Amino acid sequence: MEEVDVDPAVTPIPGINVARGRLGFVWGPGDILVYESFSPAAAPLGGPFCQDVYAVRKDEDIYSPVLRKLFNESHHIFVGLQKITFDLPSKTKKTQFVSISKNYRSVIRACMEEVQKLAVSTCESSLAAQYGNQVSILLAVELIWNLCEVLFIDAAQAGSLLLHLLDWVRLHKADVDEKAREVLQYESPANHEAFWDVVISFVLQGRMDEARSVLDKQVSQQPAARSIFKLMDSLLMKMPIYNPGSTQTLTEFDVKWRRWHEECNRCLQDGSFASNQHLLTICKILVCDVDTLLEHKELLSTWYHFLVTRLLYSHPTVKPIDLHYYAQASMDMFMDTHSAPEPLDSILMAAFEFDLHQVIKDCSIALNNWWFVAHITDLLDHCKLLQSHNLHFGSNLREFLLLEYASGLFTHHSLWQLAVDYFDHCPEFGRVYLELQIERVPLDTERKALKVLRICEQRQMTEQVRSICKIMAVRALRNNRLGSGLSWTIRAKDAAFATLISERFLQDYCSKGSFSDLDLIDNLGPSMLLSDRLTFLGKYREFHRLYGENRFSEAAKLLLSLMTAKIAPQNFWMTLLTDALPLLEQKEVIFSTEQTHELMNCLEELISVKAVENQDHLMQVTSVTNPTFCHCVPEHLTLCCSRGTAPVACTVRVPDAYKGSIQ
Amino acid sequence: MDSINAKYVSQKISKVRWRPVSSAALQQPEVFATGSWDNEDNKVSVWSVGECGGAGEDAFEGDPQLLCELRHAGDVLDLQFLDQDRIVTASSTGAVTIFRHHHNNQTLSVAQRWDKAHRYPCDNAPCTGVACSSPELVSVGEDGRVVLFRVDQSGILRTIDNADSSTIHAVTFLRTTEVLTVNSIGQLKLWDFRQQGNDPAQILSLTGDRVPLHCVDRHPNQQHIVATGGQDGMLCIWDVRQGSMPFSLMEAHSAEMWEVHFHPSNPDHLFTCSEDGSLLHWETSTGSDAPSFLQGGRNSTIVSRSSAAPAGGNQSLISAWLSGDSTKGRLETTHMLPSQTLSVNSLDVLGQCLVCGTDGEAIYVNSRVPI
Repeated sequence: MEEVDVDPAVTPIPGINVARGRLGFVWGPGDILVYESFSPAAAPLGGPFCQDVYAVRKDEDIYSPVLRKLFNESHHIFVGLQKITFDLPSKTKKTQFVSISKNYRSVIRACMEEVQKLAVSTCESSLAAQYGNQVSILLAVELIWNLCEVLFIDAAQAGSLLLHLLDWVRLHKADVDEKAREVLQYESPANHEAFWDVVISFVLQGRMDEARSVLDKQVSQQPAARSIFKLMDSLLMKMPIYNPGSTQTLTEFDVKWRRWHEECNRCLQDGSFASNQHLLTICKILVCDVDTLLEHKELLSTWYHFLVTRLLYSHPTVKPIDLHYYAQASMDMFMDTHSAPEPLDSILMAAFEFDLHQVIKDCSIALNNWWFVAHITDLLDHCKLLQSHNLHFGSNLREFLLLEYASGLFTHHSLWQLAVDYFDHCPEFGRVYLELQIERVPLDTERKALKVLRICEQRQMTEQVRSICKIMAVRALRNNRLGSGLSWTIRAKDAAFATLISERFLQDYCSKGSFSDLDLIDNLGPSMLLSDRLTFLGKYREFHRLYGENRFSEAAKLLLSLMTAKIAPQNFWMTLLTDALPLLEQKEVIFSTEQTHELMNCLEELISVKAVENQDHLMQVTSVTNPTFCHCVPEHLTLCCSRGTAPVACTVRVPDAYKGSIQ
Repeated sequence: MDSINAKYVSQKISKVRWRPVSSAALQQPEVFATGSWDNEDNKVSVWSVGECGGAGEDAFEGDPQLLCELRHAGDVLDLQFLDQDRIVTASSTGAVTIFRHHHNNQTLSVAQRWDKAHRYPCDNAPCTGVACSSPELVSVGEDGRVVLFRVDQSGILRTIDNADSSTIHAVTFLRTTEVLTVNSIGQLKLWDFRQQGNDPAQILSLTGDRVPLHCVDRHPNQQHIVATGGQDGMLCIWDVRQGSMPFSLMEAHSAEMWEVHFHPSNPDHLFTCSEDGSLLHWETSTGSDAPSFLQGGRNSTIVSRSSAAPAGGNQSLISAWLSGDSTKGRLETTHMLPSQTLSVNSLDVLGQCLVCGTDGEAIYVNSRVPI
């Protein structure tokens, strides 16, 4: 048994009295059904038992209308990602992966903004809380994704690594911009109470130009201190920033940076800023005075912001491999000793430690749906970052997570269509999953059935195609829609069922005396060959048409061939023979001698067979061309035949039993 | 393709239709209606592109904004505008419903409903299509019935039982008394309501193929020209006056073609969409010097070819769609959507504006279709 990482969450089900009895449950693909099971001990007491069955959903998010947009849009990106071919040069591939990662993130952002709007506009407090919760989850997801993008997908190296981390922090600590706008719009910005907070926040994020432009507002207020403001301005301006595109090497940059750092230190040492408390603080930040940084916890708000600021002013050329060391130290310094790290903190820490599997595992536990882990694992797998890891169940991590996510989608009444593409890209078990799930899609309309069929046909899932067509055919039959039923059967190429429906058509014909659904039967074409009985139905109808068009000799030939080639079922022969009567009675000769002979043979064969069997069959047969003849067909036919073919000896032994039944 | 605008709407869209604009004003359409399918609660929704009142160029840049919506019992299998403020829908429950859109307070209400217009002896049958020719309305369904209504009467005017042995997928008016239906065994049937009885006036089919047809549209100016789309994604052009065979067959999509539309004012352009996730724009040049099969036809003798091109830009009587080998060279097709995997279920085009809805729960609006 695997050890359980965290205790499972308890979900109380309203309406179920746990104290009273036991709970029974049945696993579904996404939901479980829960009911109060019968307890023999409690039964004699006569306690009333609840007969309700509860559907317990594992994944509520799937039913959120806003998140549906996330699922649909990311499906599109996912499919695009799977199309990236493996033979691309790794450089272009990497840029593509990064841009795909950004697409995913922008979808998360768009979704988050929409939920935020909803949260603001709703009046219901419980709903607003729910939305607020969703926003914070989406925020966290985007934060983690962004970090993974920097560390794993883009795999930024020393120098540019810090630039990316700065972008990451700036993106997720955007309240500075709002505050800055507020300050700058104030009538005298320099006197705004949040003025210095804004300047320091900019400095903490390394946004020097913005810090300088805000600081400029203060200069006009304090002409006396102009010189120290100018000094600070030049310090901020001069801070070297690594430019990965330039010819400058990392070492050159490092030398330049150290020189700047020393200059800052010098300014601090010689007390240049001693006269101004705020500028002194900024200078201390520039030289990375940890105590000063920790004094601004509110402005930093998180340990990872603290980490990035620290790196910016102490180790701008930090290597990825050293990152975890600084991260751990920053977290320890920033957090109170008694507060345990939140799940988000440990996930980010795992990322800084480059422990991908820990990130995925922690996210799977912490988040309430599979969307995030499935998509990011897929992307990381495309970047070839997950290959060493094998699961001792299922196939691999990527496929396992995708299957979980897609199975969840499949339980949704509408999103099931998206899941199909995910299953397609799971090489090992995807098809089996799809086969099992697709048959369970409820088919309310033919249009939906056609869509499901198209999915199956594109994937050569013949078994499922047959089953779906059969469902539709049976349903059509139940509603007395023989034509529709036959169409479905032909599509499924289901010979046995085609025979069954053809029988129904023939029965209908026998009882009504006319064919229904002529538009279909007349246009069977090659599909007529699907089953013998269907062929007979089509051909027999063709005989009727020829007869109706007065093409007697062709009709006669066809009629005879239906019997001699054994296409017609034997219990239908009497009808066919009866149909031959009017042809025999025509003025001109239609059946040749030879054909008449064959006709007689057929009659004889039929009678000899029928003599043995129950004669009920014979009595039931009716003929449209001449129904009243039924009772005396054999004798009448013999007579007609002998009239037409004098040289042929026409003796048909009519069994006594048969004669009796006629009378 | 730059001017295409996508909006995710959290429901699979089965139908989209522009609200008609008055022909007098050279207006671009601004409002369209959508119907959803396969949801627990399906809806009819009305959307607006661009700000209300402003019909300027920039007004179109905006996202479609939801004006109002109303629950719809069952999947919306078809949806048509009857006039400026009435919408007719076909439901998978077999009902035909008329909705009224109140412009002043942006609400929708049910104005008229015929429950169980389509049914089996002991079950409902989905109604698959409706067509309007005010004040008359025709619906078709999986039960193979053709039902005729009058908008202002609650009763049913006429029912043709067993009009088809299989499912009828779509219907369109050819003239006021004639409708054309397509069915799931590849036939077109022409029904004339002046005739009594349950037999079609004419049956057209692709002999032997039996490929189901899913959509049909009539040429806006020449009522005998009809386009259909089928399960194999083929586009067929038919001349209902001539023979029972299609005039031309063109390979268009790799899966079911769900809808085909001639451009209402410039019918040399045609649009198709399909289960394969693509939307095609077909353009044929009229080429007046091209020999046409129809030139000797009975109806074309009245107007000579020289008078067929007046300054007003009227359509030449001989349609480019019927001019002999239109399949080769002079027919151009363009993909209108970026790569897309899920079905495009419906489209509508009016003026320079095109809208389509997909199973990917997105609505695409293109306001600069090169017409």
